[in-house]
Amino acid sequence: MSSTTSDVNVSYLDYKGKHSGLLGWITSVDHKRIAILYLVSMLVFFSVGVTFGFLMRLELIAPGKTIMEPQTYNAIFTLHGLIMIFLFIIPGLPAVFGNFFLPIMVGAPDVAFPRLNLFSWYLFIIGGLLAIASIFMPGGAPDTGWTFYIPYSIRTTTNVIPALFGAVLLGFSSILTGINFVVTVHRLRAKGMTFWKMPLFVWSTYATAWIQVLVTPIIGITLLMVIVERTLGVGMFDPALGGDPVLFQHLFWIYSHPAVYIMIIPAMGVISEVIPVFAQRTIFGYKFVAGSSIAIAFLGSLVWAHHMFTAGMSNTAMIIFSALTFMVSIPSAIKVFNWVATLYKGSIRTEPPLLFALGFIFLFAIGGFTGLIPGALSVNLNIHDTSFIVGHFHYVMFGGTGFGIFAAMHYWWPKMFGRMYNRTAAKTGFWVLFTGFNLLYFPMFIMGWLGMPRRYYDYLPEFHIYHLISTVGSWILITGLTILFTNLIHALRKGEKVTERNYWNGETLEWITPTPPYVFNFDKEPVVEAGPYEYKRNDVLEPALEEEKA
Amino acid sequence: MTEENTQVEKSHAHGYGHYIIIWFALLILTGLTVAVAGLNFGNLTIITALAIAGLKSFFVLKVFMHLENEGKLFTLFVYISIMFLVITLALLFADYSFLQGR
Repeated sequence: MSSTTSDVNVSYLDYKGKHSGLLGWITSVDHKRIAILYLVSMLVFFSVGVTFGFLMRLELIAPGKTIMEPQTYNAIFTLHGLIMIFLFIIPGLPAVFGNFFLPIMVGAPDVAFPRLNLFSWYLFIIGGLLAIASIFMPGGAPDTGWTFYIPYSIRTTTNVIPALFGAVLLGFSSILTGINFVVTVHRLRAKGMTFWKMPLFVWSTYATAWIQVLVTPIIGITLLMVIVERTLGVGMFDPALGGDPVLFQHLFWIYSHPAVYIMIIPAMGVISEVIPVFAQRTIFGYKFVAGSSIAIAFLGSLVWAHHMFTAGMSNTAMIIFSALTFMVSIPSAIKVFNWVATLYKGSIRTEPPLLFALGFIFLFAIGGFTGLIPGALSVNLNIHDTSFIVGHFHYVMFGGTGFGIFAAMHYWWPKMFGRMYNRTAAKTGFWVLFTGFNLLYFPMFIMGWLGMPRRYYDYLPEFHIYHLISTVGSWILITGLTILFTNLIHALRKGEKVTERNYWNGETLEWITPTPPYVFNFDKEPVVEAGPYEYKRNDVLEPALEEEKA
Repeated sequence: MTEENTQVEKSHAHGYGHYIIIWFALLILTGLTVAVAGLNFGNLTIITALAIAGLKSFFVLKVFMHLENEGKLFTLFVYISIMFLVITLALLFADYSFLQGR
């Protein structure tokens, strides 16, 4: 490393490396710059996904054809799912905020493998672009749904192969990021930072990284097998060729259910950071909250077949998977109880990050409880593949992970960019989003319970009122998103400048770094002597912050 | 650097004879896989095939991939991953072993 201390003791945003401008960003191996690359690309993909969602809801505003043909509708819901899952929610927290804050929170100057980290981003971009390019290639956008179920995905003439290959590349990107985080946590923790002194966001990202490493290869090889089956006619899954379509479902969900936990566990980590800071209290049951991340990661990886109760599995398997599904709710509930207990008698400040955290708890609780309902075998047979399930997973993924991402953005945005957003606008945006969200997704529970199938282009007149409310909800939700993102983007140039290191009065290591952080994060190597949420007792922060004041 | 050299030295401490013995063991196990493929053990057919494949993987991991020379933490991680794979397969066969008529 030829840079002198004075060269690197500048903000990572101002650092002049070998290249400048865009090239300086896309060739940088600084974990913070890579996080920003992920953030920008993820938000672009998110806006595409939101647009598709908006168009789907608009089509469903009334029975019959409204704005598009059935085939277009099939393609749009497939790409909405693919983009939102693989390009927004999965990378949202680990790749953006994990990349930015995990090394800082463990007191490291970077991740363990910086070049591999940049390579992961390139794989992510190529995979994402390939999936989106499938819309424009001859043959038309894939119309299989994001689950690529066999035998339809073998037989459809649409562009399934580019989308599948895109998903394989995204999977590789995710595995490499996971390996990087596991090694960083084990090898690069600051002196004194034992596992039981790690911040809970680090614990959750660490648990997530293990899922990424262990289960993502399974989806990679499964999707490659579908490509091989489509191109060479090998009979692995297609019953017409002697294959087993239920085996595909098993292999698909062995990854894709844990993927739900790849999405939600880091969001739980964010909530575990935000709540103690805005209640100014030590987190209640630190070891239980940390351990429950590992428990969710482990148990959550073993419940995949609850997506397949109507697929024709053995009764024994169905009973086992139903029981395991109920067991996952235990560590999830531990987290929720501990968050609420942390708030009890706290000095609560209702700043935007806390609003999103509270929104997360409320919406995730609804999403969690409505997940237990289809976890029961008898009920599942009735509501499988109805819009009840669509409502449930949107409450978990968007209400949970989405709100977790927004909480993280509002919590760490000033630290990342050195600018504070308008807090009143952020709070307004939250309430508009929260209202729109519930109007959009809650009617799905009711109509699903009444028998409205999911993924249907048309519906009976008796479901009209629910679809109408849901579509109006989507307009309100998009208004909320517009307020939030306009506010955050506006803050990048016009927001109030923040130079204070610890503007939220947090107790974890990112609050002793300069705002925005230096190239190698810290002025000097931190030494940790107390736990991450021990208010008024942490010996790390106070000397460093007093030095800053002096 | 010194630590790396020690690791390399340790990995070759057995001499080539050791690797050749393991290689022969892998060949014999491959032969066994082919031999038992023609026998019908009912529900145990897949378990038998997986057990032989598992034993072969164990030799490869331990000897050729030098797991025997790695630190405890690294070894623990490999065993956790294998345990996870075993549980996943066991759950998968909770479907296939008890299935009637598909």
